[in-house]
Amino acid sequence: MDQGFFLLFATVSVITAVMVVLAPNPVHSALALMACFLQISAIFVLLEAPLLAVIQIFVYVGAIMVLFLFVIMMIDVREAVLQRFLPGRNLPALVLLVLLGVEMLVLVRWSDRFSVMEAAATPTGGDVRLLSITLFAHYLLPFEAASVILLAALVGAIVLARKEPG
Amino acid sequence: MVPLWWYIVLGVVLFVIGAAGVLLRRNILVVLMSLELLLNSVNINFIVFGHTYDDFRGQIFAIFVIAITAAEVAVALGILVALVRNKSTLKVDDVTMMKG
Repeated sequence: MDQGFFLLFATVSVITAVMVVLAPNPVHSALALMACFLQISAIFVLLEAPLLAVIQIFVYVGAIMVLFLFVIMMIDVREAVLQRFLPGRNLPALVLLVLLGVEMLVLVRWSDRFSVMEAAATPTGGDVRLLSITLFAHYLLPFEAASVILLAALVGAIVLARKEPG
Repeated sequence: MVPLWWYIVLGVVLFVIGAAGVLLRRNILVVLMSLELLLNSVNINFIVFGHTYDDFRGQIFAIFVIAITAAEVAVALGILVALVRNKSTLKVDDVTMMKG
């Protein structure tokens, strides 16, 4: 049951991820990326992390992708449709990517770190109360640092995107 | 019960697809979107290992990754708007102003 759902979500997410890279129009890429994020949040639900699934939908699909679509709306993307990939030979990059993927897969399959592990007997990952206690008690300082970073990013984005004065 | 390595293989595949987008595409917007895909595949790994070891730190790290990603996207899109206003191009190989 779980495996069937996982295979469904994983297949759709990989297909939409390929569509992100291959679509000629950036708007189609953004929509495919949205679908991919929805599948990944479904996978988070399978992993008993419902809070992360909701955050994924709110932040990625609700905020980041809407930001992307607004920027696409503001600027003219028609000339970018003509040439999708970088000019010249892409062979070294492709070889590098294949090597990267094969390396990671080989490490996963043949390393004893991943094969011997058993799942925890009573997973408590879905317990939002325990998660938030951990977050706000042990990780309070990183949390505050993250909020300062978000504030700095907000100010920086406004300063970068506004017109030059005068 | 889904085996652990299925999730890891999914993370690897999404990472390679995102890296392909970053390395091969010419449009800056699609490069940024592929970057999002990379960060999301890392998030899958965080949550899978947190789930396997029954440890909250995976989920907490994933929350921080999402927060930093939001900041990164805001700044990157601000830079993109400024770039389009000043240079009116969206191609990564046309942006060579800092060559020196």
